[in-house]
Amino acid sequence: MLYREAGDFHTSYRQDGQTFPIRFDRYRYYAVLFVAVFVVPFLINDYWANSILLPFLIYAIAAIGLNILVGYCGQVSLGTGGFMAVGAYACYKLMTAMPEVSMFVHVILAGAITALVGVLFGLPSLRIKGFYLAVATLAAQFFLVWLFNRVPWFYNYSASGQINAPERDTFGILITGPNTEAWATYLFCLAFTIASALIARNLTRGAMGRQWMAIRDMDIAAEIIGVSPMRAKLTAFAVSSFFVGISGALFFSVYLGAVEVGEAFGINKSFLVLFMIIIGGLGSIFGSFAGAAFLVVLPVALKVVGSDILGWPTDVVAHLQLLIVGGLIVTFLIAEPHGLAQLWRVAKEKLRLWPFPY
Amino acid sequence: MRLKMTTLALGALLATGPALADLVIPDLSYRTGPYAANGIPFSDGYQDYLTLLNERDGGIGGEKIRLVECETGYNTEKGVECYEATKGENPLVYQPLSTGITYQLIPKATADGIPMHTMGYGRTSAVNGEVFNWVFNYPANYWDAASVAIKYLLDENGGSLDGKKITLIYHNSAYGKEPIRTLEELAKKHGYELGLLPVDPPGQEQKSQWLQIRRDRPDYVIMWGWGVQNQVAIQEAANIRFPMENFIGIWWAGAEPDVLPAGDAANGYKALNMNMPGDYPVFADIRQYVVDAGKAAGDGSNVGNVLYTRGMYAAMLAAEAIKLAQEQTGSATIDAAAMRNAMESLNVTAATMEGWGAPGIGPEFNVSCQDHGGSGMGLIQQWDASAKEWKPLTGFIESDQEVIAPLVSEDAAAFAAENGITPGCL
Repeated sequence: MLYREAGDFHTSYRQDGQTFPIRFDRYRYYAVLFVAVFVVPFLINDYWANSILLPFLIYAIAAIGLNILVGYCGQVSLGTGGFMAVGAYACYKLMTAMPEVSMFVHVILAGAITALVGVLFGLPSLRIKGFYLAVATLAAQFFLVWLFNRVPWFYNYSASGQINAPERDTFGILITGPNTEAWATYLFCLAFTIASALIARNLTRGAMGRQWMAIRDMDIAAEIIGVSPMRAKLTAFAVSSFFVGISGALFFSVYLGAVEVGEAFGINKSFLVLFMIIIGGLGSIFGSFAGAAFLVVLPVALKVVGSDILGWPTDVVAHLQLLIVGGLIVTFLIAEPHGLAQLWRVAKEKLRLWPFPY
Repeated sequence: MRLKMTTLALGALLATGPALADLVIPDLSYRTGPYAANGIPFSDGYQDYLTLLNERDGGIGGEKIRLVECETGYNTEKGVECYEATKGENPLVYQPLSTGITYQLIPKATADGIPMHTMGYGRTSAVNGEVFNWVFNYPANYWDAASVAIKYLLDENGGSLDGKKITLIYHNSAYGKEPIRTLEELAKKHGYELGLLPVDPPGQEQKSQWLQIRRDRPDYVIMWGWGVQNQVAIQEAANIRFPMENFIGIWWAGAEPDVLPAGDAANGYKALNMNMPGDYPVFADIRQYVVDAGKAAGDGSNVGNVLYTRGMYAAMLAAEAIKLAQEQTGSATIDAAAMRNAMESLNVTAATMEGWGAPGIGPEFNVSCQDHGGSGMGLIQQWDASAKEWKPLTGFIESDQEVIAPLVSEDAAAFAAENGITPGCL
């Protein structure tokens, strides 16, 4: 029914190799993009932008970044929060040093700086892997947060150690600061999210992605067939940190506007993004989106249902939230270890064969 | 049957419709997480007093108050979510009880034109009303607190702290870092040596900091802590047998949940306070109209303790501003702009506090366009472990404005320059 393949013929390699080879899938994807770009900006208000859409888009970028490292290249990392902090502080320093430059440039530069830092902390991955690497990246997490708390240069010597995003624009439209329009911040983040997903998708199915996956599946075999582990691992760290840095920059400048490094980019943030890709699906771009949506939207939805509609006490709702989200994570890991992306894939397979399963 | 129930429920929902009360006050509370022990009593006091006004007086000026509670967990992201979720309901004033969330909300609330009352916390330089038009932090702020603590120590030492060692143990966040500048300036003036020991939030881990204190043997320890950090610090201080009389907490580190876990060992611990602890006549009304009527925000067990009293004091100041705004505009329903104007012309006298049923709960003060900070006075209280109560040791002490005023104008000017604000009255 929905996923009819009959009549959907491919006559060239190009057609066969596209991201969405099934016509219906492709049109659905265009429809989603169309709604996101041309419809949503006219409908959203501050609440939708700041409470749901911005965190979803920004965490999706972070999840894509981490997914490249963990899901595609198999290098376990617990340093996401620290790398997001690098992006945020780089963006802050750039914004205050060069106020006249467009925000697009600042965010991309912040990503590039994070990529450098990521490569630096990726160096241990050449010698160690698995749990040991997780501990090395954990050290990055703690070191970076400590550094941004300790060295006043990073927060421009402000008395409180907080960084505040001043008003900056792109093409004359305000992107940061309190006087922004909801649609502007949304479209700005959406542009980065779409670009990140496209770049990541194309990198992962190209030569570089195949090298990453070869390293993930068996590094010795990969080396024998001619993959350079150093190149593969360090590019994975660089690309991953680039995306994570962009998400950190957006998280600070567009979404929150003021950040305290210990709270905003603590170890909890690393866990949160890791949960997103585990629940969403390791090694899947769609999984990054699904995981981000699951962990951003579900708590808000539970809060709206619990305290706004049912009128329960707020502390009961907060505890229930922990219980339900935690319970669902466990359930997911038991019932479908490959995450939401795998559920989606299975559902699609079933729909394609319906009503004649094997 | 089920269908019937659904129809009934839906009918009830439709019949209630949007609540008609027009005085909306959001309470960004936290009743979960590592800061809950201190967040709960404050929020209970804040809500119970406003409920009392609804129950006893029928609201303010005949208009009922509607409380909108939102759980933040002391987390800035959730705080922003709560702010966005509640700001559409015409709220009159925000009181987030978190320096981190306050920093998030200052620019947003200013852009949206909603006043914030960050009582004794938040950004200290918000005292400068010409830069921070929508932010109020009366009756006192962190820099006042630091100065009052030093003044008290000066008194104890016959007017000189020369050669003394004072260590500040602080929450490693914007909140904990606030007093550092002031303490450094005061160190230059009074000649004491200042040591700084950060504790990473939430603060369960501070053994090494206390070992450091045992090694350094400072004469006094000042603490800027909140939530679980306070309890752990007081227990650790007891473990290294640090003399409790030489240990002074900020007013956010001087309540019952902080000292009770350490038991008798906490006896003699001192803390600042911005309001007088005590048994006020208004508590009887709260017990009668709110707690016994089953309308209390919490379980009613917190009535009268330090943070409950402070939450109630915050609500009293908010209610007083609403009353004033009603007088100024001549209408019972007011908006956020009217609320702001009233907060800016607030004048709290002994008679006002008498009228609240809480005589002498705070210092007398008035607010002006230039000065959003109130009197800046604080007092020192001491914990009596056997009686399980906080006893005031001093009256309200004035802070050293000679040191603080230049720091405030410097920080406010920096903020104004960073954000392109031209200072001025609204």
